[in-house]
Amino acid sequence: MSAYLLKRLIIAAATLVLASMVVFAVLEIIPGDPARLMLGMNASAEQVEVLRNQMGLNAPLALRYLHWAGGLLSLDFGRSYTYSVPVIDLVRERVVVSLPLALIALALSTAIAIPVGLFSASRRGRAGDAIAMGVAQFGVAVPNFWFALMLIYLFAVWLRLVPAGGFPGWGAGAWPALKSLLLPAVALALPQAAILARVARSALIEVLNEDYIRTARAKGMPYRAVLWRHALRNAMIPVLTILGLQFAFLLAGTIIIENVFYLPGLGRLLFQAITQRDLIVVESVVMLLVAAVIAVNLLVDLSYAVVDPRLRSRQ
Amino acid sequence: MKLWKTVLAAAAALALATATSAFAARTDLVIGIPLEPPHLDPTAGAAAAIDEVLYANVFEGLTRIGPNGEVLPDLAESWSISDDGKVYTFKLHTGVKFHDGADFSADDVKFSLDRARADNSVNAQKGLFAAIDKVDVVDPATVKVTLKNPQGSFLYNMGWGDAVIVSPKSADTNKEKPIGTGPFKFQDWVKGSSITLVKSDAYWGAPVSLDKAEFRIVPDAAAAVPALLSGDIQAFPFFDPDSVAQVKDDPRFHVVIGSTEGETILSINNKKPPFDKVEVRQAISYALDRKAIIDGASAGLGQPIGSHMSPANKDYVDLTGRYPHDVAKAKELLKQAGLENGFKATLKLPPPSYARLGGEIIASELRDVGIDLEIVPVEWAQWLDQVFTKKDYDLTIVSHTEPNDIDIYSRKDYYFNYDNPAFDKVIADLNLTSDEAKRKELLGEAQKILADHAVVGFLYELPKVGVWDAKLQGLWENAPIQANDLTKVKWSD
Repeated sequence: MSAYLLKRLIIAAATLVLASMVVFAVLEIIPGDPARLMLGMNASAEQVEVLRNQMGLNAPLALRYLHWAGGLLSLDFGRSYTYSVPVIDLVRERVVVSLPLALIALALSTAIAIPVGLFSASRRGRAGDAIAMGVAQFGVAVPNFWFALMLIYLFAVWLRLVPAGGFPGWGAGAWPALKSLLLPAVALALPQAAILARVARSALIEVLNEDYIRTARAKGMPYRAVLWRHALRNAMIPVLTILGLQFAFLLAGTIIIENVFYLPGLGRLLFQAITQRDLIVVESVVMLLVAAVIAVNLLVDLSYAVVDPRLRSRQ
Repeated sequence: MKLWKTVLAAAAALALATATSAFAARTDLVIGIPLEPPHLDPTAGAAAAIDEVLYANVFEGLTRIGPNGEVLPDLAESWSISDDGKVYTFKLHTGVKFHDGADFSADDVKFSLDRARADNSVNAQKGLFAAIDKVDVVDPATVKVTLKNPQGSFLYNMGWGDAVIVSPKSADTNKEKPIGTGPFKFQDWVKGSSITLVKSDAYWGAPVSLDKAEFRIVPDAAAAVPALLSGDIQAFPFFDPDSVAQVKDDPRFHVVIGSTEGETILSINNKKPPFDKVEVRQAISYALDRKAIIDGASAGLGQPIGSHMSPANKDYVDLTGRYPHDVAKAKELLKQAGLENGFKATLKLPPPSYARLGGEIIASELRDVGIDLEIVPVEWAQWLDQVFTKKDYDLTIVSHTEPNDIDIYSRKDYYFNYDNPAFDKVIADLNLTSDEAKRKELLGEAQKILADHAVVGFLYELPKVGVWDAKLQGLWENAPIQANDLTKVKWSD
């Protein structure tokens, strides 16, 4: 177990270092000068040069990489070029929106997908299965921004139950803040739930064909108990894998939903930073996301061991 | 039981809120803006979003620009100009305080103007201050500005957001915590979400009606409509023209179509063959069908232009008839240029929809006369880098939103690559002229030269589409400069 963990940790660290080099190099290559963007079309070339010097953009590439990477090691993420505040402050403001949103969406999608998967798998080929999977197919196909707009018109404009968008901040109270995350969470969760339900169903169907299921049934175990105790547990590995990927997506890949609901989340911070060539923000946020994805993957790897005792004893 | 109590309390609070609102008009406002300002210092950035939150609300200058582009007194209550047009003596308002309590005086004016024109200045419109030779404090309420040469546009220049007066104590921290002299003071900025201003009780001038104004950032045009319909946001001064149809017949809203200072043009690289031939550029002008472009790119809103001047400007000359849409004429001109078989070129398009949508229409119009365009979509950062700075382009579409900016065609090394000493002479004369009639004549001449040479393809003036609650009054109809002036805004009943 500890060797398994150690190996995973070394791979994770190496991935982080490699990613930092790639991220830095790629952003240096893309065209665009943050100083010129700040000063616009009426500023002279000399003025842009003055600002570049002030921003520290004229230092040699390798030096800037070492400075930045060294800062990361001591958890110093640098200062934003455009906002001129520490990147970590920007990230902290955004994570309190993105993380709860991702968690709510993930909980919703799991709560919908697992029962639907169980239902469909146990009624394989029958009308209930066909309807459930039809709806799931629809859920995968519908663009989430369109679905989000429909939700807004229904719940915000017509019923006036929730705001049409925006985020009042946690300072405004837990309920107003949560309320503004509800619709985006539903809009994010449904397509994810649809995917997860399909994965859960096919994983379950595969397991249900195994000999030990027939044995369990043959020895007189009720179908429901077989489904929950034996089948679901064994079908969890593909489900967990997808869940891990979905979490990483939900954390920062929600830019479209954040735009539709004008939420100040991580995805929008990243998008804005890219368009403004706030390179240091892009680099640091991407690195944080890389770290988050690696951590989630590590967690998923470890959770395999929880659901599958054979992985625990394997060295 | 507990739930019932909450419900009852909420109902009571609601009843109370409705009751009070029946007696007094609302004093709060939520305004939707599409782009977030990168920071909040108008003297250190070109982003229009900075001025759209702070101009006239938080920061004030010696002069200011009014709703129709006129120059009005602001912190300077009056001024006199020497006979040679070189010395401006400004008489300042007294009893003015910055929001941090510091007193405003002539020293702050000197500090602000000297800071903007210093060697290490990062003022995005440093050119506005180029004519200043020195700034002298006469007494705390009088400041004297001496120019190197007479400059007709000096008072106008001092009304720009980039020329607002800041205090030496807060100048370095305005990016995060703006401190001005205006009727609103900055309260907070939730990054990515909103910027809130509140009424400043210590304001020196006429008090404003609003107690609180929140600028909420709504980047997606599709989200603006439901935000209005649900009442979450009560005004979008810069609304997406394509979404107007969804609200224009709704009596709850005012839809106001005004003008901007944004000349939307098909920029041409004048030094790059075959665009160095005037026949080729004129052929392009004949090939353009402005009406089709306005219909497709701006939902039919926006006025066609024939040169680089807003139709709302008092010095505007109508040159839209100079190149009527005429495919045969365009082909003939190409033939004269020895290009009867047409040619290939690229059209680089920045992100705004006027460029992306307009670009497709222009590409098809130019194809009709034999010019085959390859469309290259670019981000703003790429556009500034490749097109604007490195001049690596054939054609591009962009809206030049700075007011009164016809002089850009005389700038050395500007991305049009247009070099015409005769035009430069007109602009040089204009800069030295303050007589209104003479200025009008020179500006007319400048417009005609640009049209005759078809320096770029002049398309249309970008419209300002404002949508707001029908009960809201006092928002600007036009955008002579980029601003959302809230000083006269109030709710009726």
